[in-house]
Amino acid sequence: MTIGLGHYLAVGAILFTIGIFGIYLNRKNVIIILMSIELILLAVNVNLVAFSTHLGDIVGQVFALLVLTVAAAEAAIGLAILVVYFRNRGSIAVDDINLMKG
Amino acid sequence: MFVQALFFYLFAAICVASAFMVISARNPVHSVLYLILAFVNAAGLFVLMGAEFLAMMLIVVYVGAVAVLFLFVVMMLDVDFAELRQGFLQYLPVGVLVGCIFLAELLMVVGAWTFGPGVPRAITAPIPPLASVSNTEALGLVLYTRYVYYFQAAGVVLLVAMIGAIVLTLRHKTGVKRQNIADQVARNRDSAIEVRKVRSGQGL
Repeated sequence: MTIGLGHYLAVGAILFTIGIFGIYLNRKNVIIILMSIELILLAVNVNLVAFSTHLGDIVGQVFALLVLTVAAAEAAIGLAILVVYFRNRGSIAVDDINLMKG
Repeated sequence: MFVQALFFYLFAAICVASAFMVISARNPVHSVLYLILAFVNAAGLFVLMGAEFLAMMLIVVYVGAVAVLFLFVVMMLDVDFAELRQGFLQYLPVGVLVGCIFLAELLMVVGAWTFGPGVPRAITAPIPPLASVSNTEALGLVLYTRYVYYFQAAGVVLLVAMIGAIVLTLRHKTGVKRQNIADQVARNRDSAIEVRKVRSGQGL
């Protein structure tokens, strides 16, 4: 009944798969796609922290902190692009984005 | 040990279930709320692993900032989400197939590996014993010394994101009266006051 590294890696793998699945399933809705990317980055963080704490090396947590930063920046920029796109076209359907080519 | 296992399964189950609800909820507002639930439970997993600082960081950054940002955008944009869900069932079988294959591969990898013999010697910054140095302090001792450039690079990334978001969403409206301090300072009595003769009994 002891919880080892493998349990946490399994949780990370399941979260990662759910993220991929979400991108595949909601391919018209950019907001859900961005949330799926957040889920994928969360899975990466779970893996990094699991290895860091089970190996006793704190560098993994430093790297997880940097991943967290990049994830926040990516969400902010992605949502800003989404708002601009919505102002231009009045919808957020991804299939029409290629119409924005100049 | 039993309590730890209990809480691990609790956090992991809620985290995975709410992550699944994120991608399958009909209403995107519900998706964002489930995303918050998933992140809070992931923070619980981090606490179980012994990374308290990152757990609190996850709550502050994701629940406090990113999820609220998502919520703002979802509620601000007037999007017809029913139309966006068309094709959901059409993509479902292939999506389930790809997801299952991917998950099976990942779980096989997770189940079948071992640490190499050189791994314990390759540890860069060992975690000090928790009795003497807390997790936050240990992280700071490494982050502000050896990895200070990475820390600064993270700051630059956030700065670029902030400037980028402002530049992207800024709109210059025409026809808005704004304060012009140079004009205000440069005006004198002659330009500000006009004396007119008004005949008695008539207005201007």
